[in-house]
Amino acid sequence: MSDHDYRPKSKVGQWFNDRLPLLTLANHLTDYPTPKNLNYWWTFGGILTFCLITQIVTGLTLAMHYIAHADMAFESVEHIMRDVNYGWLIRYIHANGASMFFLAVYIHIFRSLFYGSYKAPREIIWIIGIIIYLLMMAAAFMGYVLPWGQMSFWGATVITNLFSAIPLVGEGIVTWLWGGYSVDNPTLTRFFTLHYLIPFLILGLVVLHIWALHVPGNNNPVGIDVKKPSKDTVPFHPYIVIKDGFALLMFMIVFAFFVFYAPNILGHADNYIEANPMVTPAHIVPEWYLLPFYAILRSVPDKLLGVVAMLSAILILAVLPWLDTSKIRSAVFRPLYKQFYWILVADVLILGYVGAMPAEGLYLLIARVATAYYFLHFLVILPVLGFKEKTLPVPLSITEPVLGGSPNLAAARNKESKIE
Amino acid sequence: MKNLYKFFSIIVIIIASNSYSFAAEKVEYLKTDWSFKGLFGKFDRASLQRGYQVYTEVCASCHSMKYLSYRNLAEKGGPEFPEDQVKAIAASFEVTDGPNSDGEMFTRPGKLSDKFVMPYDNVKAAQAANGGAYPPDMSVLVKARGGGVDYIYSLLQGYEEAPEGVKLDDGVYYNKYMYGNKIRMAAPLSDGLVEYGDGTNATVEQMSKDVTTFLMWSAEPHLESRHQMGFKAIVYLIILTVLVYFSMKKIWSRVESEV
Repeated sequence: MSDHDYRPKSKVGQWFNDRLPLLTLANHLTDYPTPKNLNYWWTFGGILTFCLITQIVTGLTLAMHYIAHADMAFESVEHIMRDVNYGWLIRYIHANGASMFFLAVYIHIFRSLFYGSYKAPREIIWIIGIIIYLLMMAAAFMGYVLPWGQMSFWGATVITNLFSAIPLVGEGIVTWLWGGYSVDNPTLTRFFTLHYLIPFLILGLVVLHIWALHVPGNNNPVGIDVKKPSKDTVPFHPYIVIKDGFALLMFMIVFAFFVFYAPNILGHADNYIEANPMVTPAHIVPEWYLLPFYAILRSVPDKLLGVVAMLSAILILAVLPWLDTSKIRSAVFRPLYKQFYWILVADVLILGYVGAMPAEGLYLLIARVATAYYFLHFLVILPVLGFKEKTLPVPLSITEPVLGGSPNLAAARNKESKIE
Repeated sequence: MKNLYKFFSIIVIIIASNSYSFAAEKVEYLKTDWSFKGLFGKFDRASLQRGYQVYTEVCASCHSMKYLSYRNLAEKGGPEFPEDQVKAIAASFEVTDGPNSDGEMFTRPGKLSDKFVMPYDNVKAAQAANGGAYPPDMSVLVKARGGGVDYIYSLLQGYEEAPEGVKLDDGVYYNKYMYGNKIRMAAPLSDGLVEYGDGTNATVEQMSKDVTTFLMWSAEPHLESRHQMGFKAIVYLIILTVLVYFSMKKIWSRVESEV
């Protein structure tokens, strides 16, 4: 890489850069060698950065007009929708932006699962990513509480009550979280505070996520290590910048469609009814992006074990780099894994679907089978597959994907080092 | 490409099965052609004005609309009554104001900036006057109901005799579109209940359509500018996307790689 010997041309630049090497950083970011075969599934990293910034900017603007008080929150949201200049636009971008953020993050995560981006030497990038995802869920959940509609109130009640499943201290923790004996004004004000804080924690973690990425560099669809810089790479600017920009614009068209033409389709109608502790909605459902985990929670008859199962479903991802024993990264060269991958995708979609349905009868049965399969995939199928699977020959380099095929990555690496 | 195809076919199957099971559970709502649907959807101005008349002469005796101000009636994208007329409408309501310099509360005629005067002082008073049921505030009602405008439109026309075997308590009515079919509101509309100034025949169907249009506007007062801005924004994005696409092709032509 060129960043170590980079020197600014101007005297002023040199003087500044010797004291704070921001120009070296900028040079590193523009020159950063990126595999040239990245497909469009790789553009979601940039899209996610855009989503985060959008949420922060619209969120700041909303916070200038929103009132975090149980008696005034709902009314202040209506004030934003009616009387604040373009308030409706800002709020609809923020509300739909959360859904777009999750849509993008799910594609980003499943891209990583398909191409084995979580494997060595990228475990830390992956684990930081899982922490970001957890924080996103926390931020989204608390954000949904702020309009103080019926779903806000009862969603908050259901989710915070999960902590009561913890033996001995559970009830105490719930009271502590609520700041009282039910979800009320103290709960709302602390949720608002935390909802304001979390995006900046995410922003910090995103910096670490990208920093950790820039050490080994990007994985790629072939899943082999590439020499950097080489024939296999292109500088980040302008090649990846323009490609990410193109993909981002496509994404923004979808985003704009939701904001301008279907702004409430992803929300729940009950949230336009002001919170009423005396009336429980017929069905309490979380936002669509939390439904698979909600299904896992409800599929276990015991409350504590249900909570444990739900949390494990997320935390299991953090140890994925060690559960997947295969040396080959990309599913392109793993014929069996590829099939199990698509079964997992279907499994998660099914979990999302039954999560929105009442937990009874056939739905409950499907939820249980799908939950069992989810854990089976990570705990049994992946570890075994790494030993049993006969993988396809992996190419030596991106530029010669058909030539010089070798039976596995280790052999490819050996040859590569010999060539060097 | 094959994977992409698989991915989307799975999604299509999920969505298709989803909508099927929803359709099986729900009653089919009455349909009408709403002028505000679609990319260029706008409110029918005359319908909004008639809808306000139905609201104020019929609904407003029980239902509040606390998030609306009288000035909204004159604003662009709404019923667009002439300002003088709206001033007269506002002035026809008594508003409690104060305290004055003597520390007394007093009443005065309403102004443009006042919020719609509520029929009851508080929820308890509303419940006491309506046999324990609270007539919900109608400001965002269409957004607060699953079926939206179609649901409200159907509900207003959905009153019928209770079928055999359904026992109704005093003050409870049968409505085939209501969740659970039992509703505490008596059929609010009957043919000729209001007399429209523009000579439109005030059938139950016509009044239902007008008042539902009015409720859609009250829930989404900026719907028209949202649709207009949305069209411009999306056209702009599409043009920019095409331009960026060709720039990208040009830039990537320097390397032997597909993009």
